[in-house]
Amino acid sequence: MNPALVISKREIRTYFNSPVAYIVVTVFTIVFGFFFFNNLFVEKQADMRSFFSLAPLMFCFFAPAVTMRLLAEEKGSGTIELLITMPVRDWEVVVGKWLAAMALLCTTLGLTMVFAITVSRLGPLDKGPAVAGYVGLLLMGGSYIAIGVMASSFTRNQVVSLIIAFGICFALFLFGKVLPFVPDALKPIVSFLSTDTHFENVSRGVLDSRDVIYYLSVVVVTLLIATTSLESRKWK
Amino acid sequence: MSDLMIRVENLTKDYGPFRAVDKVTFNVRKGEVLGFLGPNGAGKSTTMKMLTCYLAPTAGTATVAGHDVYADSLEVRRRLGYLPEDTPLYRDMTVLEYLEFAAEMRQMDPAKSPGRIKEVGGRCGLSDVAGKLVGELSKGFRQRLGLAQAILHDPDILILDEPTSGLDPNQIVEIRRLIKELGQEKTVILSTHILPEVQATCTRILIISGGKLVADDTPEALRAREKGSRYRVMVESNGVAQEAIRDKLASLVGVSRCEKIATEAGAHAFALDAGGSSDLRREIFRAAVDNRWPLLELVRESVSLEEVFRNLTTRDDARPEEARS
Repeated sequence: MNPALVISKREIRTYFNSPVAYIVVTVFTIVFGFFFFNNLFVEKQADMRSFFSLAPLMFCFFAPAVTMRLLAEEKGSGTIELLITMPVRDWEVVVGKWLAAMALLCTTLGLTMVFAITVSRLGPLDKGPAVAGYVGLLLMGGSYIAIGVMASSFTRNQVVSLIIAFGICFALFLFGKVLPFVPDALKPIVSFLSTDTHFENVSRGVLDSRDVIYYLSVVVVTLLIATTSLESRKWK
Repeated sequence: MSDLMIRVENLTKDYGPFRAVDKVTFNVRKGEVLGFLGPNGAGKSTTMKMLTCYLAPTAGTATVAGHDVYADSLEVRRRLGYLPEDTPLYRDMTVLEYLEFAAEMRQMDPAKSPGRIKEVGGRCGLSDVAGKLVGELSKGFRQRLGLAQAILHDPDILILDEPTSGLDPNQIVEIRRLIKELGQEKTVILSTHILPEVQATCTRILIISGGKLVADDTPEALRAREKGSRYRVMVESNGVAQEAIRDKLASLVGVSRCEKIATEAGAHAFALDAGGSSDLRREIFRAAVDNRWPLLELVRESVSLEEVFRNLTTRDDARPEEARS
């Protein structure tokens, strides 16, 4: 087994051996469900649109919460030294951690399928947009989690890691909201950076390659930065 | 392949303006148990971190089993077992889970690793705590687990950073025995600031101070290096003035220092330091007979490693960080 998978296996076990995973997943599902069904009965439409439109904000809280300890704790307690002196490449450590948080995200999203099932009992649910929406959620969640892993690699303090990750995720979310007030010249850039813009298409059921590439590049770039930050101990 | 397992040349590490390790050069041959000695903060751990590829050297090179620690670090790490200072282990895993994790990380054959885990666990005395959480283990067991994960994949080279710190005397003896046993088949580097430890376990000693290597020798040779000896004299006190005895002893040829030490009631005791390699016991005895002192005890002690260590590590030129300020 690749060391990255060994690491993620260990992390997943840590998540589910401690109350953290259960608390975060439960709270997230409840809060998500509350806001979603609030809207659903007002709009009286059997679709998942309002669920998906809530997601970018919800993930701003979820991703930093589940990723904050991944590397910061290892640095704080010194276990990183034992981990990294095993025959493992730095990027494998980073990817392993990211995969573990992704597994937790998948668990959570799996639980929210209950919402989709509920909606489909209330009326005919358009399956295409729902499936596309979930794929979009995974992409966006993946990029937020990658940001969280990166923030966790910067510090040995979990709270600092949480705040950095939340700041970045929230900024990317806000870019979409403040778009009308941005000078015209900056609009394309801000709009491109905003996760919201990219997710809007997805939540309508459109999977555009531009959006997919955006999310994947956020994942790749942030995980590369995390790897570099881990490697910085070896700078001369 | 030669039997040179570790070759370190001019290894240097700077933390910002502070030079933690300064041009350290040494070799370790196969089957040696090398004691890495030095005061706290002398650069022992930093050197070990560079050998285990956790930190990169600022200058100089280190090769482990023929592989460069910087350019070829994966190969180096495959051949190493490492016990870091303070034994940082995941507290939320059980002992068995931890060893399984280490086996998987080391890419050990899944068919063979359960047997190997059992064997190593037994050897390190972990069988009874296999199901316990690491966070609930006593310091001694944690240390044994740290050692177990280091030897799990049967590496040729073991690097142990203060393997006995924080243990009680029984545990220390146990761990030392284990290290000695391991030293017969492997190359071991262990760091410590406890001197009896190196005397008990090591075949060679490196003393590092202020980042510089100040000695590289066998324990015997190091002890022989320090000339002079110390005598302990005890005289019955009935009617003899203490000062008179002390003055007489201090005036003997070769005595550099004579001081009173605590002893039982009704006796005076003195510690004498003498330079040179001649034996003063005869002269001390004569002085006692001439002055009619009832001599109760006369012992000649050879200089301990402790003194060698103190002399080597408190010299001014070995402390660049103080010279600078």
